[in-house]
Amino acid sequence: MLVDSPPEQRAETAPAPPTRRAVRALGLLASVVILVLVALASIAIGAKALSLDQVWHGLFHGTGTYGDVVVDERLSRTVLGLLAGAALGLSGAVLQALTRNPLADPGLLGINAGASAAVVTAITYFGVTSLTGYVWFAFGGAAAVGALVWFLGGSRGATPVRLALAGTAISAALYGYLQAVMIMDDAALGKMRFWTVGSLASATNATIVQVLPFLAVGTVLALALARPLNAVAMGDDTARALGAHLGRTRALAMLAATVLCGAATAACGPIVFVGLMVPHVVRSFTGPDLRWILPYATVLSPVLLLGADVVGRVVARPSELQVGIVTAIIGGPVFIFLVRRRRTAQL
Amino acid sequence: MSTSTKPDASGSANQNTRRSTVNRLSAENVTLAYDQRVIAEQLSVEIPDNSFTVIVGPNACGKSTLLRALSRMLKPSQGRVLLDGQVIQSMPAKKVARTLGLLPQSSIAPDGITVADLVGRGRYPHQGILRQWSAEDERVVQESMAQTGVAELADRYVDELSGGQRQRVWIAMALAQQTPLLLLDEPTTYLDIQHQIDVLDLCAELHETQGRTLVAVLHDLNHAARYATHLVALRGGRVIAEGAPNDIVTAELVEEVFGLRCQIIDDPETGTPLVVPAARKARLTAAS
Amino acid sequence: MKTLSRSRAVRTPGGLSLRLDVRALIVVVLLLAAALAAGVALIGTGDAKIPASDVLETLAGNGTAYQDFIVNELRLPRVLVGLLVGASLGLGGALFQAVSRNPLGSPDVLGLSQGSTAGALVVIVLMSGSATQVTVGALIGGLVTGLAIYLLAWKQGVHGYRLVLVGIGVSAIVTAVNGYLLTKADLVDAARAVVWMTGSLNGRDWEQVWPLLWLCAVLVPLVLAGARGLRMMEMGDDVANALGVRVQRVRLVLMVCAVLLTATATAAAGPVSFVALTAPQLARRLTRSPGPNLVPSLCMGATLLVTADWASQRAFGADQLPVGVVTGVLGGGYLLWLLVTERRAGRI
Repeated sequence: MLVDSPPEQRAETAPAPPTRRAVRALGLLASVVILVLVALASIAIGAKALSLDQVWHGLFHGTGTYGDVVVDERLSRTVLGLLAGAALGLSGAVLQALTRNPLADPGLLGINAGASAAVVTAITYFGVTSLTGYVWFAFGGAAAVGALVWFLGGSRGATPVRLALAGTAISAALYGYLQAVMIMDDAALGKMRFWTVGSLASATNATIVQVLPFLAVGTVLALALARPLNAVAMGDDTARALGAHLGRTRALAMLAATVLCGAATAACGPIVFVGLMVPHVVRSFTGPDLRWILPYATVLSPVLLLGADVVGRVVARPSELQVGIVTAIIGGPVFIFLVRRRRTAQL
Repeated sequence: MSTSTKPDASGSANQNTRRSTVNRLSAENVTLAYDQRVIAEQLSVEIPDNSFTVIVGPNACGKSTLLRALSRMLKPSQGRVLLDGQVIQSMPAKKVARTLGLLPQSSIAPDGITVADLVGRGRYPHQGILRQWSAEDERVVQESMAQTGVAELADRYVDELSGGQRQRVWIAMALAQQTPLLLLDEPTTYLDIQHQIDVLDLCAELHETQGRTLVAVLHDLNHAARYATHLVALRGGRVIAEGAPNDIVTAELVEEVFGLRCQIIDDPETGTPLVVPAARKARLTAAS
Repeated sequence: MKTLSRSRAVRTPGGLSLRLDVRALIVVVLLLAAALAAGVALIGTGDAKIPASDVLETLAGNGTAYQDFIVNELRLPRVLVGLLVGASLGLGGALFQAVSRNPLGSPDVLGLSQGSTAGALVVIVLMSGSATQVTVGALIGGLVTGLAIYLLAWKQGVHGYRLVLVGIGVSAIVTAVNGYLLTKADLVDAARAVVWMTGSLNGRDWEQVWPLLWLCAVLVPLVLAGARGLRMMEMGDDVANALGVRVQRVRLVLMVCAVLLTATATAAAGPVSFVALTAPQLARRLTRSPGPNLVPSLCMGATLLVTADWASQRAFGADQLPVGVVTGVLGGGYLLWLLVTERRAGRI
């Protein structure tokens, strides 16, 4: 189902492509509708209870009342959730195709570690304290580590195993550094422990504007890669025989994933699991075709992220649970369920 | 290593079973399933002693599954597999391992292991904590390597060997187990033709000169017909025919089991049946 | 007749025979020597420096009262905890890697360390408990997580790959819980928690030594008895079964031992990163022998941890930087080195 669909299901997918395609297209449409509903919920629901009237007023006739300010904040938060969610899901799907490993997520390639190490450096050695200040550091760290993993992994000759190993190695070294800094510098610890759980609460329009260009470029690039990545997914030799440019596809896919995930992490902190889980779930009903997986992941990831964010605002009233925590607590059991359901457990 | 005496101690204990077991290994009315997927129901197979039994059938007919059940890798959800008159699952693991060996398809050569070390691991069921490496072990390992023609490779690393050599090493490991019964799951897969014949010749020799009972799953019907003394043809989890290849391999049987129209001629070398698929045009006209 | 290349068999007239891997034996002896040397050096390091000869004298019972106090009361327990924790982590890591058949199948990846951390964090953050309570909390957290992973991965037997996957899932959940607990803590508790989470040998005393020692005394022989079956399982479950190994039973017993070893070690010193991951890999490279290399991994773990602690004390001053930082950086460096060499060898 995930990598290796059992024969009977494969047989099922083969015939009658037109209806199948129609079902998938309808499914995508339905997903968009769900996304809109979740986005509306994210604007309407929060730690501070507002009536629908107040929400309406805030959205369309904002006059600066307290309710309007709340709605405005929630709006930024929702937009960031949409963007970051889509970016995380898309980068996860691309990385899984690139490494041919259903477990690949941005964390595996050291991107989270790179961003975290850069932020802790910014706090401790450059005295940066504002969230908008972190963004550039986090993005730079993520990009630098992404590039480093790419080169250590063998650049154009990179194999899935090498990339994963390089990512793990660099993460290890960076987390060592991170812990050392946090132990010696209480101020860094004070900030980092909030940053590393991942949250949408600090969203501002400034942050969104900062990361938007990167997210746009990354999204276009990733979606354009669906077809070549489909070929790469069939193994190096088959891909070559099909005329795919392995090196170029890998380089571009790595670039897209790093830009997307780096920008999302810079804006909200490391949010794990969205990038790992959503492509998994999507694959179970789209099959292995990335031309469907990528759009579905783009739409459904923000559903998960915003949904988790809404849950996090409600369960711990009057305070909030960070979205990174909620996604892992919801996502973890789903992931384990998926793992158990698989008949043959293999990579 | 001789197995000419058949055990009869088992006979009395199983008087009341439907089939009285005269042979050492048999499956009785077994239902085989992975999770919920049933592969075979109410399947009964006898492995004649001192035979070279080959199980054939189209893909997904359950032949490897049957072999897994016979070698206790898969527990039947109903029915039972008997070894020397006892239900195989109820016997001590090492005792079974001294009687019945298996060469599975999925075997992994550990990194950096030498041929001699790998073959030596076949001695496991004969060893214990206080008896880790006896002179007997040493002798059997040398003998197994000599029989399979890998003695000169003893100090080489298994990962450096060719596919054919590697398969011989695995067979040597199974031989070192010194079991009167030896089960092989598609031992010729991925080998080129001369190595396929090599491996089958080796099996035939083990069967003829040492009187071991061999059970193999093979893909190639012509190989099966040439080497087997006893053939079991499976389709959809049921035995369609069993017996000596000369008696059972007919054009009708091949069509029934494999859905392939063909001619059966005598193998000019051995006189065993040789399956020659009908020409494409003939099959197409027959189909329409 | 030619003897098999790598090992020597020792036989007695009574029919007993032992098989010894000569190279592995040499590696074990050298590692033990290195561990003891690093231990002596570590005892001599600190605010009050003591030369190695005096340390040995004192250990033999011929030191001054002052030296005796520093060596036997303050620093010896720390070294012993280091040795035992390192040995437990090395052995536990080797077991996990062998059972999951995955070189990355270490307790860090499987979520055990995170489970222990959760236990410790609950005590630190919610209860502001004492050091002993933290140890107990971590032990419970580790054991419960180990049990949960095993049960969740169970489906007509435990498959190595499923075990790793379920471990990753559990690890993500528990990590989130840990992150939440950290955000809820006040800064003092948070600082204490981070030190604990890094893994440290500071201030360990005889109270931690004894339980570790007893546990190792029971578990190590048990594990080594199951090691022969584990060697066979390297060739795949089918081959091992065919050779008469009760695969599921061996796996269960060894998993339980591995969980107990790592949970206890983590409770005593915190989740020292990468010892469990790297010790078996390094040991295997030294012995150049297939098989789980349990004893060499055990010795390698002990050597690594004590050496890393000594290096941390020397480089950054007494009790400045917990040993976990050093093992983390070393572990990352080791993996990178592995990457470069393996690539040159064309293996990955």
